[in-house]
Amino acid sequence: MKQYSIGIDIGSTCAKAVVLDAEKHIMERFLLPTGWSSVETAEKLKEQLSAYLSDAFTVATGYGRACVPFADRSVTEITCHGKGAAFLYSAPTLTVIDIGGQDTKIILLENGTVSDFLMNDKCSAGTGRFLEVMANTLGLRLETLCELASAGGGVSISSMCTVFAESEVISLIGRGEPRENIAFAVVDSIVTKVASQVSRLLQADGAVCLTGGLCELPYLRQALEKKLGRKVVTSSDGRYAGAIGAALLAWKDGAAK
Amino acid sequence: MADYVQMWKDLGMDLESHDVLCSVLPTAVGDVFMTQQNRPKAMDFWDLVISEVHGIRPAELIEEQKKGRKVFGTFCVYVPDEVVIAANGIVTGLCGGSQFWVPGGEAVLPKSTCPLIKASVGARLGRTCPFFRIADMYVGETTCDGKKKAYEILGEDVPMYVMDVPQMKRPEDILKWKNEIAAFAKKVEEFTGNKLTPEKLNEAIKLFNEKRKALARVYNARKSECLPISGRDALLMMQIAFFDDPARCAQMCNRLADELEQRIRDGVSVVPAGTKRILVTGTPLAVPNWKLHNIIETSGAAVVCEEMCTGTRYFENLVDETKTTLDEQFMALSERYMKTNCACFTPNTGRIDDILRMVKEYKVDGVIDCSLKFCCLYDTEKYSVSRALKEAGVPILSLETDYTDTDAEQLRTRIGAFVEMIDG
Repeated sequence: MKQYSIGIDIGSTCAKAVVLDAEKHIMERFLLPTGWSSVETAEKLKEQLSAYLSDAFTVATGYGRACVPFADRSVTEITCHGKGAAFLYSAPTLTVIDIGGQDTKIILLENGTVSDFLMNDKCSAGTGRFLEVMANTLGLRLETLCELASAGGGVSISSMCTVFAESEVISLIGRGEPRENIAFAVVDSIVTKVASQVSRLLQADGAVCLTGGLCELPYLRQALEKKLGRKVVTSSDGRYAGAIGAALLAWKDGAAK
Repeated sequence: MADYVQMWKDLGMDLESHDVLCSVLPTAVGDVFMTQQNRPKAMDFWDLVISEVHGIRPAELIEEQKKGRKVFGTFCVYVPDEVVIAANGIVTGLCGGSQFWVPGGEAVLPKSTCPLIKASVGARLGRTCPFFRIADMYVGETTCDGKKKAYEILGEDVPMYVMDVPQMKRPEDILKWKNEIAAFAKKVEEFTGNKLTPEKLNEAIKLFNEKRKALARVYNARKSECLPISGRDALLMMQIAFFDDPARCAQMCNRLADELEQRIRDGVSVVPAGTKRILVTGTPLAVPNWKLHNIIETSGAAVVCEEMCTGTRYFENLVDETKTTLDEQFMALSERYMKTNCACFTPNTGRIDDILRMVKEYKVDGVIDCSLKFCCLYDTEKYSVSRALKEAGVPILSLETDYTDTDAEQLRTRIGAFVEMIDG
């Protein structure tokens, strides 16, 4: 029986690692930028986890899950985010919204188990990448974009495509629209897109939670709440939901051995 | 491999581009098919056909043309092959299933046309498919707007006949389709110079019923808990059925079914017990489109049935063989073909009934409903398919994809997660 379990979530933007002990307490959590090579990122993670590796089962998830040679197995991010979200927020029926760098996932959990899910199609509309590109165009950091957005209004971006939306933003800049209003339009666009996806799985009752990198932006959560007309909960560990889920599955593997 | 270069040259093909297309096929076949363990021995026939897919059958068709027979190229399971065969013609499928042809199609079609239509037009205009060169006449049908307008463009390059498929299934629509079949028969008689007789048409009806029964036997074997054949192999068999001689197709499918039935008796399965069984439904998978099956079956699940044109829609329901006049036979043909449930009809609740029935028959654990990008009809019908399955408590994953490999990893994540979900 091993003492620890490790969950590794290599996303398109960020790689996350979580170490759990036998009581499922989080011993360690950290993140690294994924950069241009999942393999190199996995190597760096391995160094930082060296104290635990020999005494742990490891499960890898995320789009770079196949690039983690020291993991005992890999599991898709849907299953891991589901497990992780159920760990962070306990509710019999839970709709999980994970806005990641390249994927937005909507996961329906019933009693902690995935019963249905949706992912955005292969474009970046409604993902973290959309926000990043727009923030860059406006010369802002993500956090500042969201702060500004809370003071704006009255403008909307109609295009769902990141490339076309960027030209829309540029023409808004061109006609002298205040940055607050453009920032508002950017957040409103992503929230509208995400909310329409959520509506396909949203249950009449049950809780809604937001995980992934964007759950650390309070205005985004509020905007989502307003659009959905539902309370949306987050956790300071929301960004680690996938890694936590992977570590929980690694525990199960360890116990089965 | 035999040398077909002269034949391709005589067909006026663009050999340089065709070489590029042919160079990728062996790797694709190797990756998708040859990596499988414990395949049925009878698959050797389809392995051979696919390894020389632009050689063996085209050469046969050309030999028949030399004897004066006409080749009709078709795009849809609604076109009654029986009529062509009864007039001593030959039918070959023409649907394009490779991304290779898509840019050629996009040169004349809107980008927002489904890849099947773009690939088919590209294959003709780019002169890189022998079947598209050999066919003396193309037979189209009005199953969707994209095809209707694409046929106008193809018609500038090759003799084109279009059948008007009804959009509903009322008694008057079945009568209308019967009249369309009669009109098509007249066209076929003119084009081949051969008169249709009730005897010849009856022979052709029986020939195709035998082919359907043989395909159904293979599918029946897939209903067994002990799964004797992979979805990939069954799909390949089904895809080639559109191109092959109908009598040989029946013979080879029966030979395969014999082996599969023996495997079931011997308890030989291609997957470990407990492997999740997937029904795939949606738009057709034309050769060499194996992406979806390959991803599903390398993600820990097995495809046990295709509710598709390249699947059950092709062989379910037989034509009444007891009719003795052409008029009655045309009606019998119409009645059989109009039982096929395509999303081009409204309403199309029969398809939902089919899917629910197949879920039971094939002991399905989950359904993957996949449509080609820009297929408005099947894409819209996903809503009612998904609702009916959810009501029946059957897990359902809806996907949309095209012929490129750029979304393979995204599909792998969705399909992997779906399999994990039904695995519990």
